[in-house]
Amino acid sequence: MWLNPRNPQLNKNGELHHLLSLEGLPVEILRQILDTANSFVGVTQRDVKKVPLLRGKAVFNIFFEASTRTRTTFEIAAKRLSADVINLAINVSSTSKGESVLDTVANLSAMQADMFIVRHAASGAPHLIAKHVGPDIHVINAGDGRHSHPTQGLLDVFAIRHYKKDFTNLRVAIVGDILHSRVARSQIHALTTLGCPEIRVIGPRTLIPAEIRGLGVHVYHDMREGLKDVDVVSMLRLQNERMKGALLASGQEFYKYYGLNDEKLALAKPDAIVLHPGPMNRGVEIDSSVADGKQSVILPQVSFGIAIRMAVMSIVAGN
Amino acid sequence: MKILIKNGRLIDPKNNIDAMRDVYIAAGKIVAIGAAPAGFTANRTIDASGKIVCPGLVDLSARLREPGFEYIATLESEMDAACAGGVTSLACPPDTDPPLDEPGLVEMLKYRARTLNKARVYPIGALTAGLKGSQLTEMAELRDAGCVAFSHADVPLTDNQVLFYAMQYAATFNIPVWLRPQDASLARNGVAHDGQVATRLGLPSIPVCAETTALATILLLARETGARVHLCRLSSAEAINMVRRARHDGATVTCDVAVHHLHLSEMDIGYFDPHCHLIPPLRSQRDRDALRRGLADHTVDAVCSDHCPVDDDAKQLPFSESEPGATGLELLLPLTLKWAEEDHVTLPTALARITRDAANILGIDAGHLSVGADADLCVFDAERYWKVEPSSLLSQGKNTPYSGLELKGRVTHTLVGGQVAYEAK
Amino acid sequence: MTKPGNPPSPLSNPLPDAEQLLARLLDQMKPVVGPDTGIIGIHTGGVWVAERLHAALGIQVPLGTLDVSFYRDDFEKIGLHRDVKTSDLPFDVDGRRLILVDDVLYTGRTIRAAMNVLFDYGRPASIQLAALVNRGGRELPVSADYLGGDISLAVSQSVELIRDASQKLSLKLHEN
Repeated sequence: MWLNPRNPQLNKNGELHHLLSLEGLPVEILRQILDTANSFVGVTQRDVKKVPLLRGKAVFNIFFEASTRTRTTFEIAAKRLSADVINLAINVSSTSKGESVLDTVANLSAMQADMFIVRHAASGAPHLIAKHVGPDIHVINAGDGRHSHPTQGLLDVFAIRHYKKDFTNLRVAIVGDILHSRVARSQIHALTTLGCPEIRVIGPRTLIPAEIRGLGVHVYHDMREGLKDVDVVSMLRLQNERMKGALLASGQEFYKYYGLNDEKLALAKPDAIVLHPGPMNRGVEIDSSVADGKQSVILPQVSFGIAIRMAVMSIVAGN
Repeated sequence: MKILIKNGRLIDPKNNIDAMRDVYIAAGKIVAIGAAPAGFTANRTIDASGKIVCPGLVDLSARLREPGFEYIATLESEMDAACAGGVTSLACPPDTDPPLDEPGLVEMLKYRARTLNKARVYPIGALTAGLKGSQLTEMAELRDAGCVAFSHADVPLTDNQVLFYAMQYAATFNIPVWLRPQDASLARNGVAHDGQVATRLGLPSIPVCAETTALATILLLARETGARVHLCRLSSAEAINMVRRARHDGATVTCDVAVHHLHLSEMDIGYFDPHCHLIPPLRSQRDRDALRRGLADHTVDAVCSDHCPVDDDAKQLPFSESEPGATGLELLLPLTLKWAEEDHVTLPTALARITRDAANILGIDAGHLSVGADADLCVFDAERYWKVEPSSLLSQGKNTPYSGLELKGRVTHTLVGGQVAYEAK
Repeated sequence: MTKPGNPPSPLSNPLPDAEQLLARLLDQMKPVVGPDTGIIGIHTGGVWVAERLHAALGIQVPLGTLDVSFYRDDFEKIGLHRDVKTSDLPFDVDGRRLILVDDVLYTGRTIRAAMNVLFDYGRPASIQLAALVNRGGRELPVSADYLGGDISLAVSQSVELIRDASQKLSLKLHEN
């Protein structure tokens, strides 16, 4: 086994071989990714937005769960690194299970893949794939179940560092459906590792797992109280199906108590920034005047996302 | 065939024996303990020097995957595994395909098992037809065909009225009902304990209250109906407390735990190890410690292997999509010994939980070495270390969370009905 | 001169003084640079040299810096550089006369990568190369237009430019 059994995303030299989760990543690796991404931001602002780093490499976007946005940003990032990108949307509806994840991966490995970008509805699927691919293949998690969405978490902390410079004096609030959110988990791990002293999660009890305190966060059920004096407000997307089930009464009531509008944002610090992973439900978790307001960094997040993905791909491909 | 097992340390919890005694076997029965009966000449002598001789183990739950799932495991492979693990009597849950809900199926299973001449199989009948949760089975008929108890295995029985009637009906014939307490709606889609690990890994969870609310319902219905209830595979500290309180209040329920739950906790899931995807879920370390204490103080009556062979294809999937269960027949003894050693439980007490006490729950005459009893026994080397390697397990189920672990205690001989059913090479 | 395969001892053949090399470089460049010349240092040592040249030559155009990590041809072998710096070209390269500045000129591969970077920014009128020191061992057809001096090193040795707290530059020898 060439991977480190205690942290299967690192190789024996402690370098990043796969990116599966932000949990347990050494702070030096997080900083290396953020610093490298910073250099790529410069590249993405040039006329020629391409560098030759991954020339001749085959990057497979394997999406077992549909997501046009994330797939597209990975595709752009890979192409800007001069890699060949192959997109595969694999239909795994509950009725037609088809071939197993590992069969799919074995087939693609035989096509001389160098990197798999994996999205899957089940937590842990990228770990499973990483465990079974050959030593020359790198796996990047593009979102698995409720577990992790590491590149999203990285671009969020990249945005926070860009606007706030330092993590060690920040108060960050993450608002909404924590229970089902891989983005929230990734943000919490990244912020904790980077030294953020106070992370708050805000939401109704049905959407906050009881054990979340074990990740070192403070739980608030009253949004006004939770937003007080924070430097960063990270809004989560509320999936449409959650509004119909037993976890919530209605989108309207959710918006009233946990949606971000100007009046609630005013409770945060005056220079607080607002993040959202997109796509937004305007009028459900966020008001348009906030989403489009001057404290919103939602669009910069998207362009940072490409630089982050370029950084992650070029770092793992080189290890 | 006359067999002499000599020079061994005989431990028979039921008869309260722990001493160096020889065992004399003739015509499938134990004919003497200690001194040879007059005129006894052994055809075969087994030297048990340095080893322990105990009643054959009684396992309250072993899935043999027959009928219906022969691609996963067969009666032959699993009976070999049982004997290699020292298990001479085992109860098999009704969740076969088709489920054990007709006397013909039960008779067939009993017949198939008998012809193999290995461990004794005690089928547990389905409580409802097809385990569909609506129509009661012909429990009296099934009992006459060989079922020792009735259960719903791990299939949810969501209709409490059906459960109530089933318990009343079983009580009519004084037939035991075995139930694993889990509220299906609270456990819906869950695959792991609602704790630290599931929160971190983002795994859909099964809260403790799924077990305790169902347990409360079962305890109340048992009192109401007078049914003889055995609770299967308890997993939480709170459930153990509830059983303790119910007993204190006069309830006569019995309960068991799976041996895996004595050693593993949610932490062992690590990075989504599907071998730690079990039913019920592995819970917190506090829960695990409560199960261990409960087994020691006899709040928990017995420990079973909860043997579930699963093929590789069904395990090598993302955690929540993988099939739950672990192989167990060959690990029941060493894992029970490990618990005993770690918690300073005496060897006779530990062995009682997998012989005498399990036999009492099953209501069978087994799990002891009385003169005149069937010669079902197990000889093992309690000090012998061995490494769990899936490929060397006899069970067709290679799915084990203990792969690579060094365990102490290895069976050298297993006798069923006075015949050597297993002998270590 | 030392014969090949017979490495010179650093004691018997001390490295030249970096500040003197810089002065020589400056002398060569002074007569030829104009106010619009773009000076571009290659990270990290080349930037230090370029900063000094830029200040001493009194050039109006702000200093450019380049990190060539994304263009290196040894990525396959050694992966991405641990400490990637940001490239910053605060002027339009199109039609401009550019001078690339590096500290140690060796195989020429860094210069090849740097030129590739520049062409992804635009089409310069010309590119020249200034190096503080040339240690030989070229693997590509690259030579310096302005050069502080030459040294001769064995393959097993390398030389590193150091900048101390008072901004003074010096060369340090490494035995690998």
